[in-house]
Amino acid sequence: MKKNVLGRFILIAVLASIAAAAFFIPISPIGDSMPDWWKKNIGITLGLDLQGGLHLVYEVDGDGAVQIITERTADVLKEALAEKGLSVDIKTEGLLIKVDPTSPEVTGAISKDYPNLELTADGAYRIKEADAKYIRDSAPDQVIERIRNRIDKLGVREPNIVRQGKNQVLIQLPGIKDPERAKDIIGKPGLLEFKIADDEAPVAAELPQQIVPDAESQVLEEFKDKIPAGDEIRFIVVKDKNTHEVVAKQPILLKSKVELRGDLLTDASVQIDQRFNEPYVALRFNPTGAKIFEKVTAANTQKRMAIVLDGTVHSAPVIREKIAGGSAQISGQFSLEEAKDLALVLRQALPAPTRLLQNVTVGASLGHDSIVAGEKAGIIGLILVVAFMIIYYKIAGLIADFALVLNILLLLGMMALVGATLTLPGVAGVILAIGMAVDSNVLMFERMREELRAGKTPKAAVDSGYDKAFWTIFDSHVTTLITAVVLFQFGTGPIKGFAVTLSFGVAINLFTALIGTKTIFDFINSRAEVKRLSI
Amino acid sequence: MELIGKTKIDFMAKSKYAIVFSSAVILLGLFSIVQIALGHANLGIDFAGGTSVQIKFSQSPPLKDIRSALSDSGLKDFDLQDLPTENKVIIRVKKSEATLGGFSDKIISTLTGKFADNMPVVDSTTQIGPKVGSKLRKDALVAILFSIIGILTYVAFRFQFRFGVGATVATFHDVLGVLGIFYLMNKEIDLIIVSALLMIAGYSLTDTVVVFDRIRENMRRRSQRDINEVVNASINEVLSRTVIVSLTTLLSALALLIFGGEVIHNFALAIVLGVLIGTYSSVFVASPIVIRWGGKKLTGK
Repeated sequence: MKKNVLGRFILIAVLASIAAAAFFIPISPIGDSMPDWWKKNIGITLGLDLQGGLHLVYEVDGDGAVQIITERTADVLKEALAEKGLSVDIKTEGLLIKVDPTSPEVTGAISKDYPNLELTADGAYRIKEADAKYIRDSAPDQVIERIRNRIDKLGVREPNIVRQGKNQVLIQLPGIKDPERAKDIIGKPGLLEFKIADDEAPVAAELPQQIVPDAESQVLEEFKDKIPAGDEIRFIVVKDKNTHEVVAKQPILLKSKVELRGDLLTDASVQIDQRFNEPYVALRFNPTGAKIFEKVTAANTQKRMAIVLDGTVHSAPVIREKIAGGSAQISGQFSLEEAKDLALVLRQALPAPTRLLQNVTVGASLGHDSIVAGEKAGIIGLILVVAFMIIYYKIAGLIADFALVLNILLLLGMMALVGATLTLPGVAGVILAIGMAVDSNVLMFERMREELRAGKTPKAAVDSGYDKAFWTIFDSHVTTLITAVVLFQFGTGPIKGFAVTLSFGVAINLFTALIGTKTIFDFINSRAEVKRLSI
Repeated sequence: MELIGKTKIDFMAKSKYAIVFSSAVILLGLFSIVQIALGHANLGIDFAGGTSVQIKFSQSPPLKDIRSALSDSGLKDFDLQDLPTENKVIIRVKKSEATLGGFSDKIISTLTGKFADNMPVVDSTTQIGPKVGSKLRKDALVAILFSIIGILTYVAFRFQFRFGVGATVATFHDVLGVLGIFYLMNKEIDLIIVSALLMIAGYSLTDTVVVFDRIRENMRRRSQRDINEVVNASINEVLSRTVIVSLTTLLSALALLIFGGEVIHNFALAIVLGVLIGTYSSVFVASPIVIRWGGKKLTGK
C-alpha cells in the first residue's frame, strides 16, 4: 500500500511539474531563452480582448475563384471524355474552356453530363453565369473556412475571422509573436501544379546553372525573347541543408501546360525520409488525380517533372517510370516546421486568389479595468470556495482545496501545452471550473460521512466511501466527456475550442479526485491509525 | 458542519406541479429559439454581423474615453478596437443599430464634439459578416444532435434507456430555460452566452447522472419496493451533495456576477440561472421522466 502511495505521489508531482513548466516558463524571463519549437507552440496567449494582436485584411478575387473552378472542370471533363473514347483537345483560356473538335458527339456528352456549362457564341464553353455568380459570392466564405482550418486546428486560438464588405476577409490573431509566419500560413494560396520540364528545347541548355536568390528578374529579362511558345521559366529553390535558408535558385524551362493540379489531392502529410532523416510532404491523389498522374508519368518518362507551389518550384525530379497508385511527394530540404506549414496549406488550399490589403497591429479591446475586475472576481471566488470547503469539511476540506489548486494548475498547464488563447470570458470559465471542481470531492466526502454514520471505522469509511463514489464520479464525468468529444468532432471554430477546454477540465477533474485526493487519504491512513476523521 | 442532515421529502408527490412548470420552461425556450431563428431576438454581432466604422485621428484618444463618449450619446452594444500604429479606431455595431441611418455621421459628430483636437474623420465604413456564419451554425447543430445521441447511448448503456431520455430532456430543459429567460429579459445573445449554455449543459448532466447513480444503486438493493419510494429515497440521500455543489458553483458564479465587471456580467448571470435550474431539474425533471417512461418495473442493471 505504502509503495503504491509513493508511486501515485510521484505521478502527481511529475504531472504538476510539467503543467507548471508549460504555464509559468513562457510568462517568466526564462521563456525567451527557450528553443524555437517551444516558443512557437507552448504557452497561454492572451486573447484579442486582453492584449490585441495582428489585424489582417485580405481581398478575395471572385473571378479567380471562377477560373480555378473552370480549370478544375476542364480537367475532369478531359478525363471523362477520354473514358468515353472521345479524343478531344481541351484547353482553358481565362474563364473559357476551348474544346476541339466540337463534334455533335462531344457537345452532346458535355451538355448531358455538365449542365453547369454553357456554350458561348464563339464555340467555347464557360460556367453558366448563375453558377459563376454563386461561386464569386461564396468565395470569401470559403476562404474564411479554409483560413480558419489553417490557423486553428484545435479551435483554441480564438481568432476573429469575419467577412467584411462584399469581397474582403478580416482576420485578427491574438498575440502573434511572428507576423511573417502568420502571413505565410494565412495568405498562401496553396496552389499546387505539376508541370513537365522542356529540357529538349535548345534554350534550356543556355540557362545559367545557378543564380543568386534575387537575380530572377535579370534571367527572365535576358531570355524573354528566346522562350519557345507555350513554355515558361521558373526557379527551383536551393536551400542550405542545415539552416533551410534559400541560398540559390536554379532556372528551369517548363511547359506552361498544367498536367495536374492540387485540387485532385485527398491528403497531404508530413513524413520523414529514413535515409536522410529529412522531412518531406507526402501527397495522395483521388482516383481521377491518380489516373491523370499515371498517364502523365507514363508519357514523360526520363523527363523532369516540376512540382510548383504558388509559383515556386520546390523540386523537379526525373520521372524514372510510370507511377501508379496516386501518391507523390514533395521534397526540398524543408525544416520540419516548413514541411508542416506546407502540408497544411496544401490540405486547405484557398479556393480563390487573395491579396493582403491591411496588416497592422490591433490593441486590446477591453480596458485595463475589465481585466482587473476579472482578476478580482477570480480571487474572491477562489477564496470563497476554499474557505467554504475548510469550514464545511475541515481537514478533508483542506485536502479538497489541495486537489482544487492542483486542478487549476493542471488545467492551465494543459491549455499552455496546446497553445490555447485565454480571453476574459475564458478566464471566467476557469474561475467557474473552480466552483465545479470540488464536485467530485464533495461526492466522496458525503459518501464517507454516510459510511461513518453507519458506524464504520475512519479507514473503512474512506475506502468504501471512495469505492461507492467512484462509479458515480466516473459516470457523470464520462457523460460530460462524451458531449465534449462530440462537440469537438463536429463543431468548428469557437465551439471546438470550448470542447477542448471542457474535456481538459473534465479529465483533470477525474484525475485530481480519483487519484489526487485518494492518495492523500491513503497516505494519512498508512502513517497512523486514524481514530477520528476530520470531515 | 452539516447544512442538510437526513431528509425525507416526498419530491415525487410534487412532481405534477413540476411538470406544468417545466413544460412552460421548455415551451418558452423553444419559442425563443424560433424567435432567434426568425431574427426577432437580440442577437449579438457574433451572430448577426453588423457595420464596422474606422475612424482616423491625428492622435487617438484613450479607448476608455471614446467608450464613455459613445455610451453617453446613447450608442449601445458596440465593440471598440484600436490600431495604434495607424491612429485609427474601429467601432463595430450590430446590424440593428447601424440600420438606424446616418450611423457614421452620428458617430463622427459625437467624436468631433468630444475630441475636436484629435481631428476625427471617418476612414471607412464596411458591412461585416457574422463571426458565426451559416457553416459554423450548421456544424454546431450537427454537433448538438450527435451529443444527444452520445448521451442517450452512454446513459442507456450504463443505466437504462429511460434514464438516457431523462438525462437528455433535463439537460435541454436547463439550456432552454436559461435561453428563454435571456430572451424575455432582451439580453444580448452572443458567443459568450453560447459557451455559458454549453457549460450549463455539462453541469446539468453531471448533476442528473449523480442522482441517477444513486437510484441505480438503490434499485439493486431494494428491488421489491415501489419506484416512487426508491427515487425519493435516492434524491434525499444525495440532496446534501446536490446543495453543496450548487453552492460552491454559485459562490464562484456570484463572485463573477458581482465583481467581474460588465463584460462577463451576462455570462455569470447565465451560469447563476443555469445552476439554479439545473439543480431543480435533476430532481424534478429527470427523475419523474424515469418513473413515468418505464412504468413500475424495476430492473437495475
